[in-house]
Amino acid sequence: MSWLSLVRRGDWLVAFIGAMLCALSFALAWQSGVAEKAIVRRGGEIFAELELSRDRQIEVTGPLGITTIAVSKGRVRVVSDPGQHQYCVRQGWLERAGEIAICAPNQVSVQIAGRKEPYDSLSY
Amino acid sequence: MTRSVIRLITTPEDHRIARLAAAAIGLALIDAAIPLPLPGVKPGLSNIVTLIVLARFGWGTAAWVSGLRVIAGGILLGHLLSPGFFMSLTGAVVSLFVLAGAIHLPRRWFGPISWSVLAAFAHIAGQLLLARLWLIPHDGLFLLVPVFAVAALVFGIINGLIAARLLADPSFINTGTPHV
Repeated sequence: MSWLSLVRRGDWLVAFIGAMLCALSFALAWQSGVAEKAIVRRGGEIFAELELSRDRQIEVTGPLGITTIAVSKGRVRVVSDPGQHQYCVRQGWLERAGEIAICAPNQVSVQIAGRKEPYDSLSY
Repeated sequence: MTRSVIRLITTPEDHRIARLAAAAIGLALIDAAIPLPLPGVKPGLSNIVTLIVLARFGWGTAAWVSGLRVIAGGILLGHLLSPGFFMSLTGAVVSLFVLAGAIHLPRRWFGPISWSVLAAFAHIAGQLLLARLWLIPHDGLFLLVPVFAVAALVFGIINGLIAARLLADPSFINTGTPHV
């Protein structure tokens, strides 16, 4: 007796739907992790896109000097900035999609991009 | 002093349930002994017994066999009332609920393989829900969903095929119980 003869027509359908569910779960669960990154802008133009999964530190040269940006444990922050008020440095770690730190004097900004951004911008 | 005698009156139905549950418990022990890379991914061989019982004797007997297997399996594996036991129990209960609906599908088109796959998906869905609510309250758990889904599909089909094969075996029909 062949194994294949045991499979009824509806069984194929159920197995097919199951396979679709598997494919869907792959798409839903493992897609968002790849898309998470921080966008560094200088003078309004994109300077670098940093993967949040990889720890690293970059230096951006602006009109006033060097702004240092660091990625660690899925978060990003401005480590140092030549600006007078240090607003962007004091903002600390950015973790959620849409969060942004702007070092206006040096024309550098870093923003977390995600699949879905809860808001366009925040002002305090 | 009078000697008291406690006599349990058992019916043939009870004997049948006990025999089938014993087969399921044996397979559950084999299941636990198979090494697999990820905790939580198991072939679920004892579900073959559940499927056969479901086809032969109906949902009530299947629920008895499944429940006895979970409890006795918990005692034998030493995880009674531990998180692993409750995961097993949740999986079994949710699967049985789905199977209660699945057996009403037209038999001409939907056989034990359909039941097995549906029950396997219900099993992981129930377990993931319990794990998310109680054991690992973090959404990171759902990153493992694809792994569990593929395991459910593959083992669901394999167990269903084995059950269908045994049910189609003429020598098996005569005795009505698995030779395990």
